[in-house]
Amino acid sequence: MSKMILLGTRKGTVIVDGGKGDWRPRPIAHAGIPVCYATRDPRDGTLWSALDHGHWGPKLSRSRDGGDTWEDVTSLKYPKGARYITKYLPTPDFDPNAPAAKPEYSDAVVYKIWNIAFGHAGQPGRLYAGTIPGGLFVSDDGGDTWELNRPLWNHDSRGGDLFTGDATSENRWYGTPASVDYGVFEPGIHSIVVDPRDPAHIHVAVSSAGVIETRDGGRTWAGRNLGMVNDYAPNPRAEWGHDPHFIASCPGQPNHLWQQNHCGVFYSADGAQNWRKVSVPEAGVHFGFPIAVDGKDGRTAWVVPAQADSQRMAIAGGLYVARTSDGGQSWQSFRQGLPQQNAYDIVFRHALDVAGDCVCFGSSTGNVYLSQDRGETWQCLGNNFPQVYSVRFG
Amino acid sequence: MPAVQMTSHLYRFFPQLENRTITVPAGSVAEVLQAINALAPGFTDYILDENGALRRHVNLAINDIWVVDRRTLSDRVAEDATVYIFQALSGG
Repeated sequence: MSKMILLGTRKGTVIVDGGKGDWRPRPIAHAGIPVCYATRDPRDGTLWSALDHGHWGPKLSRSRDGGDTWEDVTSLKYPKGARYITKYLPTPDFDPNAPAAKPEYSDAVVYKIWNIAFGHAGQPGRLYAGTIPGGLFVSDDGGDTWELNRPLWNHDSRGGDLFTGDATSENRWYGTPASVDYGVFEPGIHSIVVDPRDPAHIHVAVSSAGVIETRDGGRTWAGRNLGMVNDYAPNPRAEWGHDPHFIASCPGQPNHLWQQNHCGVFYSADGAQNWRKVSVPEAGVHFGFPIAVDGKDGRTAWVVPAQADSQRMAIAGGLYVARTSDGGQSWQSFRQGLPQQNAYDIVFRHALDVAGDCVCFGSSTGNVYLSQDRGETWQCLGNNFPQVYSVRFG
Repeated sequence: MPAVQMTSHLYRFFPQLENRTITVPAGSVAEVLQAINALAPGFTDYILDENGALRRHVNLAINDIWVVDRRTLSDRVAEDATVYIFQALSGG
């Protein structure tokens, strides 16, 4: 049973200690600083927070003493010469049929460190981080130094190797609205899934491009978006341009992957080679941001449905969690212990997690709920947390 | 030698700069920031991005004049000048 829940919030990192049914939040760490992701390295217990300083640039912060003290890690930076093809928010007079403009280029700067993941037990010190504008960084020394994964940065779907010259292919990676806060409209990597069977096998998800896979430790990458449907695109089944909100796999059955996006809930039972839409809109299971997968059974997943797309809040003022145990063929909704009137929460992409029978989520309005019976009944851990960006069991 | 004043927010990350008068050799803004970085290693990571430009939501002034060259920091800082470093209101 997990002993800790880490909350990344608008105003810092909150560690909720638990274990014997009594969960107690500690005083906030990184007080006043937005923390977009907080997690615990299961290999050595190091705690990590991704700080989203408004003024001083994104930083990682780590604690090697269980959260008593923290140190900033400032080494995650783009190498000299890293460029990308600049994207702009479409303007009202945007003409999709107009001839393509000549690409413009920007020097890469880290705007946001959006996700942190860990290597295998046999790879001590191996960490991964995903950023806006779309970089996957790798560390092999516990975060002291970081290196940009160049094959993904230089991928044909992004225009090719811009370190050495101008674009040699079309850029198919589009911006994420999450980047607009930084004054840009660029893609971001928010999900990194390392296969527990094979450390060289990794899926990442990009808003807005899709899912990309490497089987050789990051030397080559290929899109894995077959079966995805992008309702609002001119070609809904185009290879690129999808906006996965989050992807997760089953640790015990890693071929089972799930994702949630604007256009539904999607499930793959073959390692993302093929995706299948498993939404049930009449049950409210269609739009949302986070998704969590059972540790042993790849057919079992949880979502927190929301009202699509322009509202982005709980459906009809009632918060509920939906669970499937048959690969999305059917969904059960659970409301006991959750507010059913005047609830306007949305749960962000990293703010739902599962560990054994425990499921926890936090919301945009600072509510945190925990279930210890696989999502069927819920208890409130607090209503006055800052806006919750991430929830992870530690 | 030029003096440096900064927002107290930065003392949270660099307490060694608090409660002291900071003076550095005259030169370009880039040289001034590197001199502060020598007093407080890591300081420039908070002020500059990886391309060496002033971060979007950081302001820097020489006396009462906003720095002009935010990209390569070539503005000159005279012997009797004061450099001010603080957060831009645009950063929220």
